[in-house]
Amino acid sequence: MSPESETSGGLKTELTLGLPGELQVQKSGIKRGFCEVVDLKLVNNSKSESQPSSKTQVVGWPPVRSYMKNLVRNCKYVKVAVDGAPYLRKIDLEIHSSYQDLLTGMGDLFTCLTICNVLNERKLMDSANGEEYVPTYEDKDGDWMLVGDVPWKMFVESCKRVRLMKSSEAIGLGAAAPSTPSKGSSTGC
Amino acid sequence: MVYSFPEEVLEYVFAFLSSDKDRNAVSLVCKSWYEIERWCRRRVFIGNCYAVSPQIMIRRFPEVRAVKIKGKPHFADFNLVPERWGAYVYPWISAMARSYPWLEEIKLKRMVVTDESLELISKSFKNFKVLSLSSCEGFTTDGLSSIAANCRNLRELDLRESEVEDLSGHWLSHFPDNFTSLVSLNMSCLGSEVSFSALERLISRCPNLKTLWLNRAVPVEKLASLLRRAPQLVEFGTGACSTEIRTDIFSNLVEAFSGCKHLKSLSGFWDVVPAYLPAMYSVCSRITKLNLSYATVQSPDLVELISQCSNLKCLWVLDYIEDAGLKALSSYCKDLQELRVFPSDPYSAEPNVSLTEQGLVTVSAGCPKLQSVLYFCRQMSNAALIAIARNRPNLIRFRLCIIEPQAPDYLTLEPLDTGFGAIVEHCKELRRLSLSGLLTDRVFEYIGTHAKKLEMLSLAFAGDSDLGLHHVLSGCESLRKLEIRDCPFGDRALLANAAKLETMRSLWMSSCSVSYGACKLLGQKMPNLNVEVIDERGPPDSRPESISVEKLYVYRTVAGPRADKPDFVWTMDEDGALRFS
Repeated sequence: MSPESETSGGLKTELTLGLPGELQVQKSGIKRGFCEVVDLKLVNNSKSESQPSSKTQVVGWPPVRSYMKNLVRNCKYVKVAVDGAPYLRKIDLEIHSSYQDLLTGMGDLFTCLTICNVLNERKLMDSANGEEYVPTYEDKDGDWMLVGDVPWKMFVESCKRVRLMKSSEAIGLGAAAPSTPSKGSSTGC
Repeated sequence: MVYSFPEEVLEYVFAFLSSDKDRNAVSLVCKSWYEIERWCRRRVFIGNCYAVSPQIMIRRFPEVRAVKIKGKPHFADFNLVPERWGAYVYPWISAMARSYPWLEEIKLKRMVVTDESLELISKSFKNFKVLSLSSCEGFTTDGLSSIAANCRNLRELDLRESEVEDLSGHWLSHFPDNFTSLVSLNMSCLGSEVSFSALERLISRCPNLKTLWLNRAVPVEKLASLLRRAPQLVEFGTGACSTEIRTDIFSNLVEAFSGCKHLKSLSGFWDVVPAYLPAMYSVCSRITKLNLSYATVQSPDLVELISQCSNLKCLWVLDYIEDAGLKALSSYCKDLQELRVFPSDPYSAEPNVSLTEQGLVTVSAGCPKLQSVLYFCRQMSNAALIAIARNRPNLIRFRLCIIEPQAPDYLTLEPLDTGFGAIVEHCKELRRLSLSGLLTDRVFEYIGTHAKKLEMLSLAFAGDSDLGLHHVLSGCESLRKLEIRDCPFGDRALLANAAKLETMRSLWMSSCSVSYGACKLLGQKMPNLNVEVIDERGPPDSRPESISVEKLYVYRTVAGPRADKPDFVWTMDEDGALRFS
């Protein structure tokens, strides 16, 4: 194939398939789309003041398997689900030092959400639709609890996964979460 | 008079054909050869679980004893394929349970396997021998209990790199006391501690055990006892070796290793205290494969060990080895065929070790049999790549990851087009290539022109325009798998080369510039392809057609659109209308 003209998409006209009408060939944009996933390890404002701050990077780069990531230090990845969003994300609890830090991290991970501290309750809000989310988590015993009720270290130790639940559904959390079987022994509210 | 061999003779002859290519060729000769061959095919490999259905496989090959099935695309390893995308094995297991009662082997890669599937396997196949779950997920240690308890003739249980929900180590204790057939056990991905006495007893009563990869939870002070019970081991993976060094532990270990006269492969070494490494010196001269990718030790200690391994063929190591260590490798290990160097700190902006392009150049010069390379580094030059290409025209796999996206030649600040161009020009047998660094469309012109044996190509942050993609699709005659992320490739090249996609297993494109309209068109025109649009933003119909899709996965199939799609995947079909799951 001889190289074609300098303009993008300068291909021979005998190509059999083509879209009706002209196409804009977009230049490479690394950031794209809603809630572009940012590897949370890099948005790291808590630890390591001594080393130069890591740049924000995209998911899956460099292409290292997750089991290789936790070599140099401890790593605790948990899945984070947001009510209404189809994708799950993973965050590393070990790189955060406090609940506030974790919330900041989640706000960065789901770029459409901002933190709003209302009366000491920790919430995240989607500014697009005004929906409020309350962070909840499943602990080692399978109980769903509100994030923030136990000391931070204990939380990191016992958290299996996180769910950002719509505020409206989180009412009464402590007895049972709406979509999981009721466990009478839950504490936490 | 027409002479023909009786069927039994043909069947006998076909039994010597092990390669699928040969058997497929034989099937095309005539109808009767097709019939005879299909009844005696015992091993089936399915490269994409959605390319064919279990029913089609069973209908054609009724007497299969071993299946190997692959599920998610390779980029799933780096979290680019969302959870719940698919690759569920259950329908395969369920169909085979009904039709292949004599099935002996199941090998799966990147598939979702549930405890239910494992239980069904354990109860359906009386002569089940080999279970290999590579990079799989979806099951717990309860599923392993079923396998251990029910598979009386099990030989191999390999869980490499799978994500297992580890409820407890109790599963191992489910192997019955009269179970003695184990040949291979790889439990390295598990977290929980198994009962050590159960493990000891299992090893003691399985005289054919050749491969044992322990998990991290087995401490170094317990290794000697295990090795003494299995001196016939050929492959061994330790657990964590971080216990503070003690003379008695060390000398026990030395003695135990010296009893292992057949050991060829070593792995494990999590958090290894360097002082333990000399315990293995007695076996080093026989070692052909060494996986030190969890060993966070410095270069001098690595070199001490490697310098004793004169027969080393395959080394996986962290970049702690540095250029100096690679130089030593190149002088001691003249039989080296495969080298993988992994990053110890992939996310820091600054280099933490002294590993550069020079290390790889040195190895390429000193190791004449080197054919397979995976190398993470932070700087590269065209000069280095050209040197590597000239030194090693026998390269078959070359995967280079320069950690900073779009990093140019650090000496000249030019793109790395000519360097990679030299690789494809000199290495005429190259089958697999991964590019990185700053790359223009020119590198793709080189690839399309020279890389005629290339089967798999991985691209990230590369190229300028559709021309780049067009060069690859139109020039690479042997291309089977193409995976692309964050490249400015759009509709034209894809649509112009639509027919090419039917000759390939699959194409993955994420964060590129392919519009929804083009995806629809592709799906319309190519009925033998599944064109899957993966998009988190809701139905593509709710946005203008010119908007780029987030992720696109195109694969050839005879099974039609799949019925198990999640709510963020749409298959573009022949009607041009959307199919919702």
